[in-house]
Amino acid sequence: MTWLSDPITFITQWLQHLLAGWGLSPGLVQFLMDFIGAGALATGAMLFVIFLIWYERKIAGRFQDRLGPNRVGPWGLIQPIADMLKIFTKEYITPDGADKFVYNLAPILMVASVLLMWAVIPFAVTIYGVDLNVGALYVIAVGALGELAIIMAGWASNNKYALLGAFRVVAQLISYEVPMVLALLVPVLLSQSMGINTIVKAQQPWFIVTAPLAALVFFICSIAEVGRAPFDLIEAESEIVAGFNIEYSGLKFGMFFVGEFLHAFTSALIFAALFLGGWQGPGAVQYPILGFVYFAIKTGAVYFLTLTLRFSVPRYRIDQMMAINWKLLTPLSMAVLIVTAVIEKLLQSSPAAVTDLALFIANLVVFVITLELMRRYAGRQRRQENQKAAEPLVQQTGISA
Amino acid sequence: MQITPIQLTFMLAAVITLGSALMVVSARNILHAALWLVASLFGVAMLFALLQANFFAVVQVVVYIGAIAILVIFAVMLTRRVMQDSGPQVIRAWWLAAVLAAAVFAGLVVMLSSWRGFWNLPPTLANPDAPLVQLGLALVSPNAYVVPFEVSSVLLLAALIGAIYVAFQRK
Repeated sequence: MTWLSDPITFITQWLQHLLAGWGLSPGLVQFLMDFIGAGALATGAMLFVIFLIWYERKIAGRFQDRLGPNRVGPWGLIQPIADMLKIFTKEYITPDGADKFVYNLAPILMVASVLLMWAVIPFAVTIYGVDLNVGALYVIAVGALGELAIIMAGWASNNKYALLGAFRVVAQLISYEVPMVLALLVPVLLSQSMGINTIVKAQQPWFIVTAPLAALVFFICSIAEVGRAPFDLIEAESEIVAGFNIEYSGLKFGMFFVGEFLHAFTSALIFAALFLGGWQGPGAVQYPILGFVYFAIKTGAVYFLTLTLRFSVPRYRIDQMMAINWKLLTPLSMAVLIVTAVIEKLLQSSPAAVTDLALFIANLVVFVITLELMRRYAGRQRRQENQKAAEPLVQQTGISA
Repeated sequence: MQITPIQLTFMLAAVITLGSALMVVSARNILHAALWLVASLFGVAMLFALLQANFFAVVQVVVYIGAIAILVIFAVMLTRRVMQDSGPQVIRAWWLAAVLAAAVFAGLVVMLSSWRGFWNLPPTLANPDAPLVQLGLALVSPNAYVVPFEVSSVLLLAALIGAIYVAFQRK
């Protein structure tokens, strides 16, 4: 029954036997298998975006008290395919004075940076691209390529709004990388490995229990890294028209669109893998397909949460966005990292349950302290504002009549 | 001679690294030079990956492409006359630099050829995690590199505080 409980391994073995049966050398067979695997994974991810677009539009519709796409196909399921065909037929417009090579390279790099992340995500106990021992860091590294793509797009478009948008995005992405990496270190610390496979296996219980604050910081940062509401200053329509991708049309714009949708989903995948136990669940080791289902459910829940935020929270101002990062998330993630490291070291010899409980309580304490500090900060801000409002206008502006 | 896939990949990485490095100094458009620099640094990351130094390959991408290259691009964009520079690209004594570079390269090759690892393919590591753990321990061990590590951390912190001080506007 392996073909039912573990279909990917079954197909892989079958294909391996087939290729070996053709008299190819083992090295070549391995090379071809890697090639086919990477191609299948990337194609699957790209095709999955079609479903994601439909799902997101449907959810958006429900949040805004309307039906969403419902004309093409049952429940509007074929709508994204129709949209896709439309975008294929659109004209490519290259702006005058654009840097052609860089302009055309940017959308490709954008999608590639997201697809590269899929290489290290374990979808089930036997289904993963590669078990890289620095997987967690790798995810951050290939994310940097996306930043590069955005700055290339913004510069090559020869448009001031595009360039302004790109500067903004890169400032946002680089800033939010700091607390993201710090929060990422907590699961690395707890599992004593940077490989995502090992991190998933080490989650007894899930890291959202032993490191809830790190999970919270990571979640917020991953939304900011994707650049979706409430962090969608990237394409603040009212300020910079559409941001870095303003000059792109047709499928080149489509690539940015696909990149964004895929990145949002990939963030949910990574969150589920790092903090929600990945494919872990009852019977997931014996029947890998079950693990795949668990992973899909967990990812779906996280993705739904990001969508909820996207459709219900207004956009931050740029100074608020920076303040949240540097005044709240970065210090908080540093505190969590230090507290986790100290507790982990102090309770090294005690049973796992005691350590987990201590970590959970410590996180709660840090959370309460953070809330109290935030309350005081907000109170101070409000008093200052009230004081300012009470002063006569002459003093405020410094202009005397 | 049979060329193994790893040798082929090495040659590809070497060509990417050197070719892009050449383009960095010969490109007229300074932003293109910065992007070629990214490609060159990526080639170095490939070389690290080929040596099974996954950690260094990834750190190379995070630090050099994710941070330094983007900083360089920012700086280039904030400079005026990005594409209007049309002076000569070589100085008069270019042959001197070429001779010097060739001499350094030859010296390095001669020196490295006496090392026994020069003619061998890299061995496959039994435990790929081990070097990473050793590196981590060496950075915090008093018998190894804890002092240089801490000193460089303090230096970076000082640079950070200095940058904030320079940019800070007293209200």
